[in-house]
Amino acid sequence: MPEQLLYATEVMLNGLMAGVMYSLVALGFVLIFKASGIFNYAQGVLALFAALTLVGLQNGQVPFAHMINAVFGTHVAEFGWQLPAVVAIALTALVMVGLAVLIEKLVLKHLVSQAPIILFMATIGLAYFLEGLGDVMWGADIKKLDVGLPQGISETIESVTDSLFGYGFFIDNLDIVATVVAVVLVSALTIFSQYSKQGRALRAVADDHQAALSVGISLRFIWVLVWSIAGFVALVAGIMWGTKSGVQFSLSLIALKALPVLMLGGFTSIPGAIVGGLIIGVGEKLFDFFVGPMIGGATENWFAYMLALIFLVFRPQGLFGEKIIERV
Amino acid sequence: MNAKSAGHTTADGRKIGGVLMEMKNITLRFGGVTAIKDISFDIREGEIRAIIGPNGAGKSSMLNVISGFYVPTEGEVWFKGYKRGPMKPYQVARLGIARTFQNIALFDGMSVLDNIMTGRLTMMKSGLLSQALWIGNAEKEEHAHREKVEKIIDFLEIQNIRKTPVGRLPYGLKKRVELARALAAEPKLLLLDEPMAGMNVEEKEDMSRFVLDVNDEFGTTIALIEHDMGVVMDLSDRVVVMDYGKKIGDGTPDEVRNNQDVIDAYLGVAHD
Repeated sequence: MPEQLLYATEVMLNGLMAGVMYSLVALGFVLIFKASGIFNYAQGVLALFAALTLVGLQNGQVPFAHMINAVFGTHVAEFGWQLPAVVAIALTALVMVGLAVLIEKLVLKHLVSQAPIILFMATIGLAYFLEGLGDVMWGADIKKLDVGLPQGISETIESVTDSLFGYGFFIDNLDIVATVVAVVLVSALTIFSQYSKQGRALRAVADDHQAALSVGISLRFIWVLVWSIAGFVALVAGIMWGTKSGVQFSLSLIALKALPVLMLGGFTSIPGAIVGGLIIGVGEKLFDFFVGPMIGGATENWFAYMLALIFLVFRPQGLFGEKIIERV
Repeated sequence: MNAKSAGHTTADGRKIGGVLMEMKNITLRFGGVTAIKDISFDIREGEIRAIIGPNGAGKSSMLNVISGFYVPTEGEVWFKGYKRGPMKPYQVARLGIARTFQNIALFDGMSVLDNIMTGRLTMMKSGLLSQALWIGNAEKEEHAHREKVEKIIDFLEIQNIRKTPVGRLPYGLKKRVELARALAAEPKLLLLDEPMAGMNVEEKEDMSRFVLDVNDEFGTTIALIEHDMGVVMDLSDRVVVMDYGKKIGDGTPDEVRNNQDVIDAYLGVAHD
């Protein structure tokens, strides 16, 4: 194979892996949008909050340390323990469930049957509140997240491809792990929603609120369930992104990258979130590779949005979204 | 027929029991509009009770009060001898009151079978964890409920569309699936909101037969709203007639048919 083609293949593979990361975030959006029609702007911040909490718990950071010190004149900072990664992740998952309960009790419950725009505004408020809370609880500095996931270039793949094609592919171990985790997560979610009683209730609520009520499904329970699952998905996304680039507050901005993914895949489709993420990931890497040099590079910043715009014009419901039919 | 007795048997041999549900002085207001004005009536165990009236009489509002979608402004709802506090619709459903909707509220994206299975959600006992991990009795339970659902599918003669997504079904069949879902909950009281609306004669006959069969076979108490006077008179044991939110008649079909107020409401009053 010619060198150029091999290189393009490598770029594409890297794009696929990056796309998995986008998919992980988009997945959380789709879950909540399907079940409640809420576009959850706070999904990215949920990922940030989960990652912050994970790091904090793992390193035994004292939450609200700054505030406590300022008020009481103490100098607490750390409990002095180091939790094993598994324990910290489990605890963080619990925190996310607790957060889901609180969000339902304090915000959503009071906004039942309000217009979507109101709920959207509420999630914007929620996003900034959570960002502030994360800051006050755990501090604003960039943190290193290490839960023992392999990082760096996979030497196996490099040597195997080198002996096969005479060209070694550079692929990050973390990306491979992220891909495997995403596949497992999506399969588990699909099986749960297709075959379990709560999954059936969840699909029922996504389809028709009134009908769901009439068969005895509690909307509030389903919302807590969905936000818990979305919180868990955010935790997974937070771990992956946090390991990759450190836990920093710009993490909350990946929510914006998930938007074009959703436009491509459709807001109500789980497979759509995955495929949309992959297309964007591959698309922006390949575009940058082939077209970038001609127009001065840095196309990754805007390519996804441009692609979404084109989709909006020709297929507004996305690839997998429900077709918008207006009956007259 | 003496409706006041504690229990009796109808001419066709069905057993009518004591009072299952009692509405006491129900009033329902939306802002300045009074949808229901001080209405009282009861529903006895095992009977088919119809609520009829012209458009805008407040029939659907009454059904929504019974099923918990509306909370009455004044008045009391008694069920199985207990006064029911203000409840959410899903809590009412769990008491054993199932319903269908005038405009059909099914889960369009799900198969007929899945739709009917949702009717049994309240009866499934296994918790979130055992369901998520498919351990404990989750699997056994699913099979048991599946069996019951298959019986209902047979009963309503919809075997051949079991796996079809509901969104693709014609109107008449959707109505039948909705009835099946309500039946799957094995309700004490079944509420049907215009079960024959928009149907042709043949479909109406089918539906009437199913309503009678359900009542006969399972002994389910049924309260239904219907426009079609003919259908109502054939089906029901007792009829409540509403007009402009008020009750203007209550009794057997024959009594109601000969009630002057009812005749006026349906045919209009001569002004001379």
